[in-house]
Amino acid sequence: MAPDSIAGAGTADRLSLPPRAISRGRVALGDRIYRACVLASVWLVLVLAAGLVTALAWESWGAIRAFGLRFLVTSHWDPVAGEFGALPFIYGTLLSSLLALLIAVPLSLGAAIFLAELAPAWIRPPVAFLIEMLAAVPSVVYGLWGIFVLVPFLRDWVQPALGRTLGFLPLFQGPPYGIGMLAAGLILAIMVVPYITSVSREVLLAVPGSQREAALGLGATRWETTRIAVLRYGRSGLIGAILLGLGRALGETMAVTMVIGNRPEIAASLFAPGYTMASVLANEFTEATSDLYVAALVEIGLLLLLITILVNGLARLLVWSVSGPARGGRG
Amino acid sequence: MGDGIYVKDLRAWFGDTLVLKGVDLTVAPNAVTAIIGPSGCGKSTFIRCLNRMHETVPGARVAGQVLLNSEDLYGPGVDPVQVRRRIGMVFQKANPFPTMSVFDNVAAGLRLGGVRRKSRLQEEVERALRHAALWDEVKDDLDKSGVSLSGGQQQRLCIARALAVDPQILLMDEPCSALDPIATAKIEELIHDLKKELTIAIVTHNMQQAARVSEWTGFFLMGELVEFGVTKEMFTTPGDKRTEDYITGRFG
Amino acid sequence: MTPTARRLANTAVSGLTFAAALLVVCPLLLIFGFLVYQGLSAINVDFFLHLPKPVGEPGGGVANAIVGSGIMIGLAVAVGLPMGILGGVYLAESRDRRLPWVLRFVADVMNGVPSIVFGIFAYTVVVIPMRRFSALAGGLALGLILIPIVLRTTEEMVRLVPSALREAGLGLGLPEWKVSLRIVIPAARAGIITGVMVAVARISGETAPLLFTALGNRFWHQGLDQPIAALPLQIYAYAIAPYEDWHRQAWAGALVLITLVFLASLAARLATRGRIVAR
Repeated sequence: MAPDSIAGAGTADRLSLPPRAISRGRVALGDRIYRACVLASVWLVLVLAAGLVTALAWESWGAIRAFGLRFLVTSHWDPVAGEFGALPFIYGTLLSSLLALLIAVPLSLGAAIFLAELAPAWIRPPVAFLIEMLAAVPSVVYGLWGIFVLVPFLRDWVQPALGRTLGFLPLFQGPPYGIGMLAAGLILAIMVVPYITSVSREVLLAVPGSQREAALGLGATRWETTRIAVLRYGRSGLIGAILLGLGRALGETMAVTMVIGNRPEIAASLFAPGYTMASVLANEFTEATSDLYVAALVEIGLLLLLITILVNGLARLLVWSVSGPARGGRG
Repeated sequence: MGDGIYVKDLRAWFGDTLVLKGVDLTVAPNAVTAIIGPSGCGKSTFIRCLNRMHETVPGARVAGQVLLNSEDLYGPGVDPVQVRRRIGMVFQKANPFPTMSVFDNVAAGLRLGGVRRKSRLQEEVERALRHAALWDEVKDDLDKSGVSLSGGQQQRLCIARALAVDPQILLMDEPCSALDPIATAKIEELIHDLKKELTIAIVTHNMQQAARVSEWTGFFLMGELVEFGVTKEMFTTPGDKRTEDYITGRFG
Repeated sequence: MTPTARRLANTAVSGLTFAAALLVVCPLLLIFGFLVYQGLSAINVDFFLHLPKPVGEPGGGVANAIVGSGIMIGLAVAVGLPMGILGGVYLAESRDRRLPWVLRFVADVMNGVPSIVFGIFAYTVVVIPMRRFSALAGGLALGLILIPIVLRTTEEMVRLVPSALREAGLGLGLPEWKVSLRIVIPAARAGIITGVMVAVARISGETAPLLFTALGNRFWHQGLDQPIAALPLQIYAYAIAPYEDWHRQAWAGALVLITLVFLASLAARLATRGRIVAR
């Protein structure tokens, strides 16, 4: 009779054998093996993550040694001559991301407030679903739409109109190529909106109902309740949501590559073509001939990695401060 | 000076479930009316119907009349937001706004109502905090966060917040259930003072508390108002057998 | 503000936020609409069954790309699934204080790392030593992207299993590891599979990490240690090329890709609807 089976154990058996003493060795071994396997897995993940940073740092060492900090502030990118300055890419990444956020944040927060607080109950699930679908669209598909729909639209309608009305600003000067920083900013905005919206919505939903009741009890309208009880309470989480969007925008590759023009120049106008860190990696990695070239590119990758780790790390901490760490990370 | 609430045939639903079955009751002016009953009897639902909070839950419905003096709060064209301005509420667990200071918490309702001038706000906040017997304890810490106070103080802060907008009626939904006996005693003392100027309705699951603070008591059971009367009489000579069983602890 | 002004403000803001929500949803309809409009005409049986034709010749299909994507997804799942699931189980069950927090944080940050960076990692770790582009490298890159997604969704799903179930098992005298493997994880099985489906849908659309790992190919795959085609790579190559016919195939490929991704996400949502409390 097996000591750790209950079925069929009659009173006499149970009383005459102390089950623990016999089976403890076996049970403890099973538990230990299980825990060891699980822990091994956990550590493997952590090691891989650390390996990610290490491998990139290792591979880019040649360029780091050759250029040092100059890499970050020089704009001369000449693979043939072995001159590598990453400033145009850093500039392009930052500008396109900032532009995207400028457009995306008001829209996302508005939509999140609508979904979490103000919308009638029947509208919420379908709209939330549509927004999740938007987040699932692959980057290359956004890029495809960008090349064939957005860019011609900008080139033929929007940019000429902007040039006529606001052309005195250096931001809107230059020939309307369609392709360029404006297109990149717009398409990034469209891609980033679903992320900011869904994380913001979760943050707002995490605000306790008692807070809303306190405001309603004082005689606040729905919007006033949202303003004084929900938005204030969820403030840090909302900032975290925006930072998550920023993180997304900084690393977005395909869609941006397809519409930004891929010219390593720093220009004042939004109509001008540009280049981002992710785009130069996408375009030039397979063409990198010399070791220094590859090292320079990997260094750009390392920069991108470090920046997104920073932004995302901060974002997660902020979001967790409102809604707690145990929420699943689909966003 | 005194305002009363006259409830006529009040019914309430959560979705399709009828949770209040035709209640007729009077909340007498300048007095405390206690609402007692076992869990799930509808007493919280009832009181939340008085300031039109019940309908803020999706799928919730109300029918019947609730008259504030002679005005039907559920009449056509009545703005629930305005109703809640005039009928204040204190909740079971104190819910001060954590991102606001003590001062800002009390001033929240005033600011919503359009009061902007610093001096006026300061006057009203002090008045409300004194009214809530909290002024002496916080007058040097008005800038501290609302949640830095103890549990009992937070609840008095919420009372001050409700009083600041000068409501005609104050509703209290089991305000002491999360508090220790000392804090509870302080709030009961406060209620004794407040009823001189306000009309109060208080839901409580603690019968002794009802006996201590109220003039009138209503006993609810399964969505119905079983008995309503003068507190002293209800507790000594209850009319209905069910009331007697509840009060003597046979159930609940 | 007077009561009327406050009421008006309330209505105005409700209107504005509604408009924002509409604007947010618009692009989805626009994009899907264009895909259908442009791509539907190029979809036929050939598209799914044939190899790409040489430059200049019309017709041909993306069969090798579909197969290639499938192969690399298989590799990615082989790499990422064990670690992702075990890690997720750990997060849901562990009573430690620090390690779970670290793992959760690392996983969430990994979720936000640009996918092209994983491509670089696979390049340095697989392509350089092997001296060639390969499906293995592509699979590794995709697998790394998979891990944090599967990890977090597994955690969420295992957490949803009521603790009463675990307690019942323990109360019967079963050792902890048996309770986990035989009772708790099987109870979360549907949710875990759903999470994996969502993760697979996500990596099936990834292009950047494959650009210099799998590289792409116009022929059938020749071995895991050779370059291999993938659907998103093919779409990209066609989109930036100067040929009309290739553009149409890009639209068609994109339509196929987006439909697969949508179906997977939709199925995932439906499968978990009964289990998660609707928010």
